[in-house]
Amino acid sequence: MQVLLYTILTLCVLGILAAVVLYFVAQKFRVEEDPRIDEVEKMLPGANCGGCGFAGCRGMADALVKRDDISELFCPVGGGDCMKAVAAYLGKAAAEKQPEVATVRCGGTCEKRPRTNDYNGVRSCAVASSLYVGETACAFGCLGFGDCVVACAFDAIHINPATGLPEVDPEKCTACGACVKACPRMIIELRKKWPKNRAVYVSCVSKDKGAVVMKACKAGCIGCGKCEKVCAFGAITVANNLAYIDPQKCKLCRKCVNECPTGTIRLVGMDPLPREPKAPAAPKAASAAAKEPVKEAPKAAPVAEKPTPAAKEPVKTAPKAAPAVKQEALKKEKAAEPKQTVAPVEKS
Amino acid sequence: MKTFPMGGVHPSENKLSGAKPIEVLPLPDVVTIPLAQHIGAPAVAKVAKGDRVLTGQLLAEAASFMSANIHSPVSGTVTAVDLQPNGQGLRQMMITIKREGDEWAEGIDRSETLVRECTLSAQEIIARIKDAGIVGMGGATFPTHVKLSIPPGKKAECVIINGVECEPYLTSDHRTMLEHGEELVVGVTILMTAVGVSKAYIGIENNKPDAIAHLREIVRNYPGIEVVPLQVKYPQGGEKQLIAAVTGRQVPPPPALPIDVGAVVCNASTTYAVYRAVQKHMPLIERVVTVTGKALKNPRNLLTRMGTPITTLLEAAGGLPEGDCKVLNGGPMMGRAMVQLSSPVTKGCSGITVLSGRDALRRTASQCIKCAKCVSACPMGLEPYFLSKMTQKKNWDEIEARMVTSCIECGSCQATCPAYLPLLDWIRLGKQTVMGRIRARAAAAKK
Repeated sequence: MQVLLYTILTLCVLGILAAVVLYFVAQKFRVEEDPRIDEVEKMLPGANCGGCGFAGCRGMADALVKRDDISELFCPVGGGDCMKAVAAYLGKAAAEKQPEVATVRCGGTCEKRPRTNDYNGVRSCAVASSLYVGETACAFGCLGFGDCVVACAFDAIHINPATGLPEVDPEKCTACGACVKACPRMIIELRKKWPKNRAVYVSCVSKDKGAVVMKACKAGCIGCGKCEKVCAFGAITVANNLAYIDPQKCKLCRKCVNECPTGTIRLVGMDPLPREPKAPAAPKAASAAAKEPVKEAPKAAPVAEKPTPAAKEPVKTAPKAAPAVKQEALKKEKAAEPKQTVAPVEKS
Repeated sequence: MKTFPMGGVHPSENKLSGAKPIEVLPLPDVVTIPLAQHIGAPAVAKVAKGDRVLTGQLLAEAASFMSANIHSPVSGTVTAVDLQPNGQGLRQMMITIKREGDEWAEGIDRSETLVRECTLSAQEIIARIKDAGIVGMGGATFPTHVKLSIPPGKKAECVIINGVECEPYLTSDHRTMLEHGEELVVGVTILMTAVGVSKAYIGIENNKPDAIAHLREIVRNYPGIEVVPLQVKYPQGGEKQLIAAVTGRQVPPPPALPIDVGAVVCNASTTYAVYRAVQKHMPLIERVVTVTGKALKNPRNLLTRMGTPITTLLEAAGGLPEGDCKVLNGGPMMGRAMVQLSSPVTKGCSGITVLSGRDALRRTASQCIKCAKCVSACPMGLEPYFLSKMTQKKNWDEIEARMVTSCIECGSCQATCPAYLPLLDWIRLGKQTVMGRIRARAAAAKK
């Protein structure tokens, strides 16, 4: 009984002693931390995606509190509202940024961009692109092994098995830019997010000449420049055989969509303009006349005119010249199959 | 028998064309000449569309010290200087020439007579080698004049000729040693003069006893040159492995070079090209290419002009076999799979290997069983499984600390892995990334 008593007493005394020592040590080595950091961290979405450039939300919160000028800091996940709330709490000026969405700029589906070889190395875009051109003849297009899917922390990008291309779910996408960094072909771009997820963009990044593009892919940009001419807002530029639509200047008028001979310009969330029968009249007058309806178009868009099937047809059928060349290329390369640079040597 | 001390594997040799003499491939009708056939800056084109060129005429000039001249392999008209797909399908600047006849530029001695005497000084020899655009023909395509220009403060002690040809299937160096042995040995003496040494070794693996005997017979008349038979082990043809096998010296990790242990290594075919360049003014416009594969009707060694389409070589060997197969630029261990068979033969192309059937496919990878066979196989003393895993995790600092830049990409780890893991695929990616980071750091430090 006595032994038990002594034991309990000793432990109690030890406990009290340790508590006293720890109390003073804690006082002595106390780290002063701004309590606002915790508050700001709570206001941030807590995705820890790294889209802001910091390792996690805590790092971002720390920077937001400590820096005087926070105009360069932006949380793509929380967006403008989150930044405004944080700025109001801290009494600083918030960065204003329009919402963005990741956009996959490749239209080379399985059907439009034929395979020329089989790859059976590591299923990784980074590895495949360091080795060779890819399973198709296009040196710029999507490799389809899904490095972007792995990189996405929000489950917003997936490979569509029917097309072999990644597709972005605009509702889930936070424009953190992880997929943009992961893509070795630099296909994915963060573009301005329009209401109702509407978009018009060139779904191709090939800088090859037109003839080379047509051999490799029926959906590629051949750099013909028709879209550049038809654009009333100067949003389209053609450089290195490739058209690019500036998301800041584009007004979603959709004129370029009908003009593209290969159907490379993609239209999302809207119906295409009805196709007018081509007038042989002077093109200048036509483009001048076209300016009027162009400006009206975006406003009228939601209910837009239903396109007649006849109007849609020409967009889908790609250039007539392509298939013949493509088959020749196929025949030539059918036999060659890059799988790896180093083959395990047979052990026969 | 000598060999390198660390790692290595012994893949089945499959030297199908070892007994076939070198045959001359008829001149192609059209050639395409890439401007980057060597390590370093791509050469600068000196001709334009429509120009008429002669065989052996300078087409493109070395852009810097670390670059090499390129000469026309045929005579004819330049039809294009533009981007063309290379063997991997990636676009590269190439000069396309349509052949008309075979007119040679002046000053090139095409006779077969042996010229033994060479009274040129070291500088003159190196200048001639530079003019002829000679690069390492074993596959690495390192400009030879750079290798021979010993940096100040360092001293060469011996020249080592690489007649190892450890890569399975390939026999181009073997046949060159047999058929041009005497010229090759004269080439060795020229190299010895160029770097100012009196000792040279010719390293040959023991699976080529005829080449060993032949060269031993010849070097009797040449003091200071010794033929060293080596135990058969892959990758003995690697520069650092060969130095270790012949001299017993270990080259320190990068940025150290073989010259730091006093060795200058040169491939056998390159040595023959050096002889031709110095004694005959012959630029590097042709090379022996082994076209081989178990399914080919007629595997053979072809003396081919640069720029000849690969398809022409395959046809000469009996055409591609039926069914799916894999065509490699090089041998099965280090060769690069090709998707564009119309791409040309280049200075570093020692062979075209066609793998068919089961050989062409990888086996399904399973889990790493931690057997560490890859560690024992690595000739550079690295940990392949670790480097591959850390690359997957994008832990670049870790793999840099573990010397990923020392990897010679020989593929021994992958060939030996019982789980068939794609180790080298990842390591190569990691190595590329780390090299990029090192370059970026150096650029930032300069600023």
